[in-house]
Amino acid sequence: MTQTAVTPAREPAVRKATPGGARTARRSGRRRLALPYLLLLPALVLELLVHLVPMLMGVAMSFKELTQFYIRDWASAPWSGLDNFSVSLDFDAAVGQSLLKSFLTTCQFTVLSVGLCWLLGTAAAILLQENFRGRGVLRTLFLVPYALPVYAAVITWAFMFQRDNGLINHVLHDQLGIGDSPAFWLIGDNSFWALLAVSVWKGWPFAFLTVMAGLQNIPRDMYEAASLDGAGVWKQIRHITLPSLRPVNQVLVLVLFLWTFNDFNTPFVLFGEAAPEAADLISLHIYQSSFQTWNFGTGSAMSVLLLLFLLVVTGVYLLLTTRGRKTSDV
Amino acid sequence: MSEAAHGRPSRPRSPMAPPRSFLWTRRIVLTLLTGFVLLPVYVMISSSLKPLEDVSGKFEWIPSALTLRPYADIWETIPLADYFVNSIVVAGAATVFSVVVAIFAAYAVSRYSFRGKRVFTVTVLSTQMFPGILFLLPLFLIYVNIGNATGIALFGSREGLILTYLTFSLPFSIWMLTGYFDSIPRELDEAAKVDGCGPIRALFRVIVPAARPGIVAVAVYAFMTAWGEVLFASVMTNDTTRTLAVGLQGYSTQNDVYWNQVMAASLVVSVPVVVGFLLLQRYLVAGLTAGAVK
Repeated sequence: MTQTAVTPAREPAVRKATPGGARTARRSGRRRLALPYLLLLPALVLELLVHLVPMLMGVAMSFKELTQFYIRDWASAPWSGLDNFSVSLDFDAAVGQSLLKSFLTTCQFTVLSVGLCWLLGTAAAILLQENFRGRGVLRTLFLVPYALPVYAAVITWAFMFQRDNGLINHVLHDQLGIGDSPAFWLIGDNSFWALLAVSVWKGWPFAFLTVMAGLQNIPRDMYEAASLDGAGVWKQIRHITLPSLRPVNQVLVLVLFLWTFNDFNTPFVLFGEAAPEAADLISLHIYQSSFQTWNFGTGSAMSVLLLLFLLVVTGVYLLLTTRGRKTSDV
Repeated sequence: MSEAAHGRPSRPRSPMAPPRSFLWTRRIVLTLLTGFVLLPVYVMISSSLKPLEDVSGKFEWIPSALTLRPYADIWETIPLADYFVNSIVVAGAATVFSVVVAIFAAYAVSRYSFRGKRVFTVTVLSTQMFPGILFLLPLFLIYVNIGNATGIALFGSREGLILTYLTFSLPFSIWMLTGYFDSIPRELDEAAKVDGCGPIRALFRVIVPAARPGIVAVAVYAFMTAWGEVLFASVMTNDTTRTLAVGLQGYSTQNDVYWNQVMAASLVVSVPVVVGFLLLQRYLVAGLTAGAVK
């Protein structure tokens, strides 16, 4: 460390001895200054083109009356101030009401899905922490839902949830005798639970993978010391494993929350373009209301509101969890 | 497995054998989870081998008749081979470019201090929380306008989709690789520079080889992201550039669904990614350990 700190300081002094050396030093200094930016340039251009500029455009569009007549030349659409926002947030009218309902459904769905994903992932990772026969096989097996392409997995679930020829009704109705007639799973109120099952099935392996990685960073001697003190497995899990996972959990829960709240693929493949009301997640709702009515101004306003909500939740969450961690350390 | 047999003879916890309550919890929970995970896999495989009459009637746990017909029919009912080619080209190209771009960016973030570094990393990471729906339409308009102005067809073409997907996996890839590069001792590339390597040579001679697990992990992630994406693929492709995601989604929402064929097709499109993933998963765990979890 000391050596690397000294070298750059001495280098210019040596080079200054000859005038030509001074020039190359300056030039290489400038080049060194530009180098990190050159390295970043491709990433920067792509991020601007695909993420940032479209997002700013989306924000601009939310202030415009952007109907199908203006799609070809969106810049010429008339400005409409906050009209799109007031339409979206007018909960007495149809548009606002259905948006609010979709938002609340999404909140409920997200809390349940993230909670279950976290629970299953953590439980599996901790139970697989110690070696036993078959551990490697199970670890690989549990990652299969994560590896399967979303649409292939969700299409299979859609088949399982078919009313007349699906597995779920065969088990529940034919084999266990629940209900007078086979239930509908992909329309009506049941669709919420169908969507939740698919979402948890698809999402928990990521929690498993992350927690598993986090477990590898816990020093072994902590367990050794605890077991010398006579702490059993359950005590070790409660007092060593779970507290050590806190930093991992902080990131994991946030990432799961954002993915689940924004999830479009799962409901879109499970239900097709029109999701039943009970499972009308907000991304699909915005997509539908934009493309059905071709009113992209209002759709953009809804997306901006969604983004604002996610920003606020993320900010508050990071503030709370970071502060909580600091005080618990003291 | 052999590693388990003679690795560490006594694991730290073994002085006290785990109590029976723990062993039973482990057995029950892991059995239930295995069933939950395997259920759709079993349905997919068994239904893909049934004749059409059997998948249209009541579900059967044990197929009464087996046939390989669905696997032959899928290539005729829909242009599955074309979708396959499109998906492979798009996901493959997006992966290669994404990994290269991420390596350069992560090298800059990990090894240099420069103005705007924090702004860059925070901005790039925060794009992860954008709802896709917010920039779907603007991006569509940008691609159409670029096409009108320059004649480069981005909308409806594979190139446009490649560009989109490679950017989607970029934030996570940069983040993970930066963490990975940080864990490689600086002395290694300093030594290479003393030996006369320029910064780029040092990157490819020293850092890239040392970070191979992280790079593999990022590549797997990028490929899976591109292979499984539905929303942008359904808006930004046309009949000739349609990917598997859109093709299969359409296949399964027709009026009369041939479920045995749909299951066979789902299995066929899953095999390349699942096999690749399972072969490389240890790198992903290693990459996550070094990169994301700090």
